[in-house]
Amino acid sequence: MSEVIDRSIDIGEFIPQPDDDMIICRCEEITKGEIRRAVHDGMWTMTEIRRYLRTGMGLCQGQTCSRLVKGIVARELAINPNELEPATARSPMRPTEMKVLGKEVS
Amino acid sequence: MSTNKADVIVVGGGIIGCATSYYLRKRGKSVIVLEASDNIGNGGSSRNGGGVRQSGRDPRELPLAMYGIKELWPELSKELGVDCEYHKDGNLRLGKNEKHKEILQGLTDRAVACGLDVRMIDADEIKEINPYLSDEVTCASWCPTDGHANPMVTTLAFYKKAREIGVRFFTGEKVTKLRKIKGKLREVYTEENVYEGDYVVVAAGYESREILGTVGVDVPMHQELCECLVTEAEPHMFDQMLGTAEADFYGHQSDHGSFVFGGMSGLELNNKDTGPKNSPSNASITSPCICRGIMKYFPALENAKIVRTWAGYLDICQDGVPVLGFVDEVPGLVVACAFSGHGFGIAPAVGEQLAKLIIDGVTSVDISGLRYGRFKAKI
Ligand SMILES: Cc1cc2nc3c(=O)[nH]c(=O)nc-3n(C[C@H](O)[C@H](O)[C@H](O)COP(=O)(O)OP(=O)(O)OC[C@H]3O[C@@H](n4cnc5c(N)ncnc54)[C@H](O)[C@@H]3O)c2cc1C
Repeated sequence: MSEVIDRSIDIGEFIPQPDDDMIICRCEEITKGEIRRAVHDGMWTMTEIRRYLRTGMGLCQGQTCSRLVKGIVARELAINPNELEPATARSPMRPTEMKVLGKEVS
Repeated sequence: MSTNKADVIVVGGGIIGCATSYYLRKRGKSVIVLEASDNIGNGGSSRNGGGVRQSGRDPRELPLAMYGIKELWPELSKELGVDCEYHKDGNLRLGKNEKHKEILQGLTDRAVACGLDVRMIDADEIKEINPYLSDEVTCASWCPTDGHANPMVTTLAFYKKAREIGVRFFTGEKVTKLRKIKGKLREVYTEENVYEGDYVVVAAGYESREILGTVGVDVPMHQELCECLVTEAEPHMFDQMLGTAEADFYGHQSDHGSFVFGGMSGLELNNKDTGPKNSPSNASITSPCICRGIMKYFPALENAKIVRTWAGYLDICQDGVPVLGFVDEVPGLVVACAFSGHGFGIAPAVGEQLAKLIIDGVTSVDISGLRYGRFKAKI
């Protein structure tokens, strides 16, 4: 069951941190600072962060960074990471060439 | 419960609800947006192919499409403070034979009659615009002012900016009914709360039907699944939007390098949707079908790897164009639904014009062909 969330609740100012330049999503080269800023832009769910920044949308489809991203978002919102739903995994599970995927009929 | 009051209550946080709330707030109105999902823009708005097109549009919808492309899209990224990846690099609709040419010519003639800059071009000109297509492509219609943008980012950019200037958004807040007070629409009920506004905008996609039903308004529409796929990033090839005479696929290459293509299997109306309610899932036959469609026109992409596929619902109106604006029977109500698979490209124009309708009582773009009162029995 969804919980009603008021997206205007004050989560405080964005305060720059020394490691904001650290790359978190390696496939798409998204930094910690960009993820933290997106939270302050109103992106409060893993799905919104991913659609806004492309984190986890690259070749590995988030298998490497999703836990890290979740931790950063949760800390910024001052909530437990377990409260954040993961973004939906999408088929195909491995990158598949068009000529292969298109061959399900003969 | 004064905190639940605003000048305007918007039902649905898709691109239509987000854009409308932004333009209303920009002109000084207080606005509350109620979104059922946990995520803003989780409906069609984040799942579409990103086409910002005028060609192929119904004459009743065309004024909105043309207005948005001329007046709003070019400055949108700057206005919202987020790069929406908008490209105005044209739309090619491709054909390979005489039958295709006939279809394309018909579409072109109709668009020209509406004052749109579209023309038929031959193989040589096609090659000049896009050298990567199959040699079998012999004809195309060309609309140089069409284009595409990133739908996920554009939707969230409207949300971000609207929120920044004071629109209040509630997620996980599902609207269950509307209620008139003394003949005028005023109250919006959710599972646990009641909101009040002078106007209520219903922009909840297909679900608008059920919500509007609670005040006796029924928009004749149905739901249909449409799917997309995206490849890994490839070197930059072209910036146009593409489609074909027989609608085998449509799509573009994004700034990021990946190709985004959409299409249908043709069995959508009766296929079983195995996803949970409001979270559509892919049918196994559709993405292979889209791949075959692409390779017919784009053999160069046969080795491109698909990294993701997804599905989304279209809210298809009986007559294929949206229902927009006031409803005579329910003062205070503004309807914005039944976008029939083309609501993304016109969303900025819809949002701006609905804000104008609410504030000034009239729109500057002709939307008279889209009003609710148009549906009549055939005899
Ligand atoms: C695969 C696909 C490809 C497409 N390609 C294109 C394209 O190339 N070009 C183009 O112009 N258009 C395209 N479209 C259409 C376009 O995506 C839609 O017309 C547009 O996004 C409609 O926006 P919306 O805000 O009306 O709907 P939605 O984004 O569906 O938003 C409606 C919102 O209302 C919410 N809601 C539902 N019920 C309730 C309730 N009871 N209470 C509160 N909220 C509720 C939903 O959760 C949803 O967030 C495509 C669509 C799909 C699915």
